[in-house]
Formats: sequence, C-alpha cells, structure tokens
Amino acid sequence: MTTETSSRSMGGAARRPMIELRGVTKTYPGGQTAVNNLSLDIDRGAITVLVGPSGCGKTTTMRMINRMVEPTSGAVLVDGEDIADRKASDLRRSMGYVMQSSGLMPHRTVLDNIATVPRLNGVPRKDARTRASELLEVVGLAPDLGRRYPAQLSGGQQQRVGVARALAADPPILLMDEPFSAVDPVVRQELQEELLRLQRDMAKTIVFVTHDIDEATILGDKVAVLNIGGVLAQYATPEEILRAPASDFVAGFVGRDRGFRHLSFQEGEGVRIHSIQTIEVDRLGDPDAAVTSPWTLAVDAGGRPQGWVPQNRRSAIRSAGDLVPGGSLYRRGDTLRRALDAALSAPSGLGVAVDDEGRVVGSVRAGEILELIEDARVSRGRANYNTAV
Amino acid sequence: MEWFLANIDFIAGLTGQHLIQSVVPLVLAVVLAVPLAQLARLNRTVGAVILTLSSILYTIPSLAMFVFLPLLLGTSIISPVNVIVALTIYAVALLVRSTLDALESIDDGVRQAAVAMGFTPVRRFLTVDFPLSIPVLFAGLRVISVTNISLVSVGALIGVSSLGTLFTDGLFRSFPTEIAVGILITLVLALVMDLVLVALERLVTPWRRQAPAKGSTPETVAVEAYRVGA
Repeated sequence: MTTETSSRSMGGAARRPMIELRGVTKTYPGGQTAVNNLSLDIDRGAITVLVGPSGCGKTTTMRMINRMVEPTSGAVLVDGEDIADRKASDLRRSMGYVMQSSGLMPHRTVLDNIATVPRLNGVPRKDARTRASELLEVVGLAPDLGRRYPAQLSGGQQQRVGVARALAADPPILLMDEPFSAVDPVVRQELQEELLRLQRDMAKTIVFVTHDIDEATILGDKVAVLNIGGVLAQYATPEEILRAPASDFVAGFVGRDRGFRHLSFQEGEGVRIHSIQTIEVDRLGDPDAAVTSPWTLAVDAGGRPQGWVPQNRRSAIRSAGDLVPGGSLYRRGDTLRRALDAALSAPSGLGVAVDDEGRVVGSVRAGEILELIEDARVSRGRANYNTAV
Repeated sequence: MEWFLANIDFIAGLTGQHLIQSVVPLVLAVVLAVPLAQLARLNRTVGAVILTLSSILYTIPSLAMFVFLPLLLGTSIISPVNVIVALTIYAVALLVRSTLDALESIDDGVRQAAVAMGFTPVRRFLTVDFPLSIPVLFAGLRVISVTNISLVSVGALIGVSSLGTLFTDGLFRSFPTEIAVGILITLVLALVMDLVLVALERLVTPWRRQAPAKGSTPETVAVEAYRVGA
C-alpha cells in the first residue's frame, strides 16, 4: 500500500493527498470502538470508496472528515491542515454531503434546497437560485422541477437533487454516505453511471461509503475494505482487491464470484465475432421462410434482436410472441464479463453481439471467451509473478 | 333580538375584551413555549423540570389562579391582566409539551443533513427545526384557542369584563336572552378563531399544500374507488 502511494505521487508532481487520516481512533462512551487506529491517504480528484459490513465504522470514518464525529485520538488533515483547528460549520460548508435518505428539507422547494450552502455562505438569494437551476440541469433534472417540494419527487429524483445540493457551493470534496442504496437497482445503476460521468468533468475528491462491493468496484479508483471494529483490511485499486484479496476476510467479503466480477476489468476487444443467421420478425408467419442453422436469431426491421427460433420448432413459431426469449446482449467493446454473460445467458449458447445502436453484428462463443480469459491470466502471471493466484 | 340590537355597543365592547384576553395569551405562549421546548430538548434535566412544572401549573383551577394572581402581580382584582397572565400560563404549559413532541418528531435525516451542510445551531433551529414543527404547533394552538375562549368567561365571576359578563349579568337578573346571546357569541368567536388559525397555518406551510409525488395519488384514489365500489 505504502509503496504504491509513493510511486504514484512521484509520477504525478509529488501531490499531497487531499485527505489524510493519521492513526484515527473513535471509541464511544460505552467503550465500543468504531474505528481503530486508521491511517488512510485519500487521493485528490479521485473516488475513494470505504466498503465493509455493517459495524465496520465506514460511516463513522467519513463523519470524522467533516467533524460530525470527533476522533478520540489521531488527526484528520485536509489539504495538509488539521481540521480540528477549523470551525466545524465552515469546514462542513467546504465539503458536499450526500446521504442515504436524500435528507432534503421538506419545507423548501427543490431550488432552495440546492441553494442551501451558497445561502449559508451569504450568496444573495437570486444568484444562489440561478446557480441552483443550472445544477438541476447538470444532474439531469427538468428545470420546472425546481419549484416543486421534495415530497413531489420520486426517490431517484430526490437523490439527484441531493447530489446537486452537495455540488452547489462547488466544494473540492464530496462525502457520499450510501447515497444510492435506497433506490431500486435500475435507478441505482443510472445514478452510478451519472456520477462517473459528472466526475469525469469535475474531478472532485470523493469519499464514497457503501456496503455493496459491486458498487465499490464500479465506482472506486481506490477501495478501502474495512473490517468490524474499524480495522483497515485492504486498501488498493478495485482490480487488485478482486484479483488478490489481502486476507480471508477480504476474499470472503468480496464474495464467491469475485473471479467472474474481476472480468469487468478486462477489455473484451479481442473477442471474435462470428456471423449469425437472422430472420426478420415479419417473415415468421411465412412458412416458406425456412431456417437452416439450429438456432436462428429473429430481428426487427432495424436489425435489433427480438428472440430465438430453434430449427426443430420452426413450424410452431408464427409471430414475435412465439419466440424463445434471448439473454443479455454484448455491446462490441464491452468487458469480458459482459461477453461471457451474453454467451452463457443465451438459450442457443451464442451470445448476441450488437453495435452502439443495438443492431445485431454477430455472435460470441463462451469457449472462445474462456480461452481469452485463460490467455490473459497466463500473461499476467508472467508479468506479476508473486501476485498471480 | 331586540335586546341584542339595543345593546349592540355594550356587546361589541365585551366581545372585543373577550378577544384580547384570549388572543394575547396565545401569542405570548408561542413566544415563550418554543424557546422553552428547545431548551428542554437540549438538556434532559432542564427538560424534566420544565415538563413537571408545566403539568403542576396546569392543575391549578382557573378561578383560584384569577384570585391569587393579583396578590402576586400587584394588579387590581378586576384587571384583565390577571386573566391574560393566567391563560398564558395554561397555554405555555400545554404548548411546551406539544412543541417538544413536534421538535422531536422531525426526521433525523433532515437534521443530520442540516448539520452536514454547515448550519450553525441557532440558524438550524430558526430555519429548519422551527418551521418543520409548525404543523404540530398549530394543532396545539387550535386546542388552546378554544380552551382560552371558554376560560376567559370565568373571569367574569370576579368582575373582569368579557362575554362572561353576559352570563353573570343574565343569571343575576334572571334574563335568559342575555345568557343565550353570550353562549352564541362565544361559540361564533371560537369557530372564527379556529378558522383563522387553520388559514394562518396553510399560509405559513406552503409545502403541505402540494400534491404528493406522482404515482402515489392515483393508487390511493384507485383504492378508495375500489372500496366505494365494493
């Protein structure tokens, strides 16, 4: 961990970490230790995820960064300065905070909610609202939502407003406490993608707390895995955590299918795409439109996949409703994980590959993808002798 | 009716006095009870003292209070100040408790968010906690408003002018019309005050007037319609 940090900072103009936890411990009056002698350097302009089971002190750790929790011992430095010397309310205004329940003020309009921190900083109401309506757009909400009250928004919209509110004063640091865990999986994925998109432009220093290792590996530039009692179990890139867990605890937490998940970090560029026989859905009713391969893919007029036609049941399939449903799709250039999933989830064993517009370009085969994975493993093993498992 | 028209000036005067004696305590109670409730919330010991004291004060009968207060305040026994002070004490005693409940019922997420965004404690109380406690505060005020309007009449027993004077006078002269008019105006007054409070609450809590998020309303309506149909 130490060597990696130093080699990285030497490469990039010796930049000091944005946030430094120095031997931080938090013991509650009952004697229960939430965080135990934790030292952590949080990189500038990157997403650092704190992940771990409940009771691992991840939220407590985050709250010691904005002094919502005061450490029992140790120090927290932001930009090299000990935050214990700063006025708590000023410190907090310099960090955006997004929480699990959106925490929006129910008695204020969406616009005024977003304008909260600028208003606390003394920005005139009119200017703060103008900035707030710009931010609505940044987080992908329609401007007319600004006049509504939080109760009139859906859960996903509220979370977006929460993000906009955290960004309003343009703080260099964002603290996000399980911000997406209360929304449904579809919305969660949307919000995660949105956050990564925003982060490409903003390059904020983001500390993100989650209990979901998948979310951690998707979002994190670095992931800190914490164990019960606030002990740091591993601090590394998500790829390294999946590939080489530092302990049984980390391996267990990362889960049984970590090998499969690790494929998310492998480019699928090399996957061979085979030609595939297709039939237009409109022609299914025509008995003369025969199929010649064991599995034929039905497509709509735009070339998008609709389902499968097994050759031995061709006569029974007369319309789109009779098709055998397909599996997940592999977009050309996606990761190996997506490619393998497409192949494994298709009833025909042929993963459907599509282009960016969703048109069928061919098929991928599980056997070949596994060969690619094996090749990658061997070459990595040679390059990285001691860590390959 | 004839009697009412003939004495309209007298009755209007009594109504005005009645109104002052019931509304002033209401306003004073808000001014006193809200900071007391916040104090009670911040410190458990202080809170226990405040709540116990307010319960005890509330059990003192109003007539006893009206007679006792002039000795304490040095006011004349027929001064409306006695009634105003007594009713303020009752109102504060009731309101402290409901305001405390209101402050404690505020969503913890909202409070945490306010802290995380860098509100100072005073500003948070004034712009977050207090506005959010208004609905419960008004529920308390509506109860107190009705209680006050009926209690003010008791003051007439010791000679403080109010609509209660119509009862004592009517009883003394065995003149039921006067008593009936007194009852009627008291009822109207209580009703009007209640309506004013409801309107005021709507005015200061615009966020409660809005329809909830799309999706929840039609469902609720559908359930209602189903029940009616069944």
